[in-house]
Amino acid sequence: MTEMRTNDLTGEAGFGDYVQLLKPRVMSLVVFTAVVGLLVAPVPVHPFVAIVSILFIALGAGASGALNMWWDADIDGMMKRTKGRPIPSGRVSPGEALGLGVALSGISIVMLGLAANFVAAGLLAFTIFFYVVVYSMWLKRLTPQNIVIGGAAGAFPPMIGWAVATGGVSVESALMFALIFMWTPPHFWALALFMKTDYSDAKVPMLTVTHGRKATRAHILVYTVLLAPVGIAAAFTSIGGPITLAAAVLLNGWFVVGAWRIWRRDEVQAEADKYSVEKAVFRFSLYYLFLHFAAFLADAALRPYGLGGW
Amino acid sequence: MSFRPDHEIYKRRFGRNLGVGLLLALFVGLVFGLTVVKVLAIGESGGFDGVVRQGAAPDAKTP
Repeated sequence: MTEMRTNDLTGEAGFGDYVQLLKPRVMSLVVFTAVVGLLVAPVPVHPFVAIVSILFIALGAGASGALNMWWDADIDGMMKRTKGRPIPSGRVSPGEALGLGVALSGISIVMLGLAANFVAAGLLAFTIFFYVVVYSMWLKRLTPQNIVIGGAAGAFPPMIGWAVATGGVSVESALMFALIFMWTPPHFWALALFMKTDYSDAKVPMLTVTHGRKATRAHILVYTVLLAPVGIAAAFTSIGGPITLAAAVLLNGWFVVGAWRIWRRDEVQAEADKYSVEKAVFRFSLYYLFLHFAAFLADAALRPYGLGGW
Repeated sequence: MSFRPDHEIYKRRFGRNLGVGLLLALFVGLVFGLTVVKVLAIGESGGFDGVVRQGAAPDAKTP
């Protein structure tokens, strides 16, 4: 009994707690989109350099996740969804998370610069700065458009992957950025409609809290309509092709119809069927991004055989 | 004679140390691999600093 009490007080973290600080689920999206950005670029990269570059892009994303958890530990402790995270649950101290985040940021930026080039490293550094300082520290608790701004940080990985291969930025990489940037708000607002979270207790100005659910439904429709031309425009660039164009038309058409169905409903209807439309659109939005980027990859893979690309 | 089983905290510490050790080994492997790839990419004419010297190229040595 005495032993239990003594060891409970130590609060020592396991290896898995540090992994959890790096937000592995977010990292998987970063890895996928960065891989696509790298592979669809017109310049071939040595496979080992490509693997190492993707690893350090993922590590940089993880570092920004750790710094985000360090900064947001106070509000994470107030919300059901996040109070089990390593810092609010007491398994990792805030200082450890800060140290880990800063160290991994430095390592990932320098190593990406050495492995690939310093344009890619600069973009990674800017992404970490944007997510931690601009989004987490400055705007997340200030404006209901926080999701829109946060989306920019998540949109950089394909641009970094492209820069690893080409050493620069281009219309194609900017369109891949724009695709994720415009996709993020409707994706998260659809989630916010059916997840009865406690953002108001934590004083985070989510759109559903500040402007109401009707306005959130309208925002989802507007952003989805604005997203469609971005996806279709990307299909007409050098990274697109007939597969991307078909995917863009179908996926965006489906997304706009889903958003329109969300916009038409009110809370009474949504409560009656337990937010079935909102949940379906949220699930679809996950497939949307995966399939859109998979279509870029399919066109790039089939191009040498005369089947993909323009 | 029996030993008491280790408390859970020692297993946690071991897991953490093992994880950090494996990550460091992976990091060393990555740096070594990168070095090999970069050096091979320079080629024979590149030399230690990667600057191309025509005199060091194999065909320059043959009369």
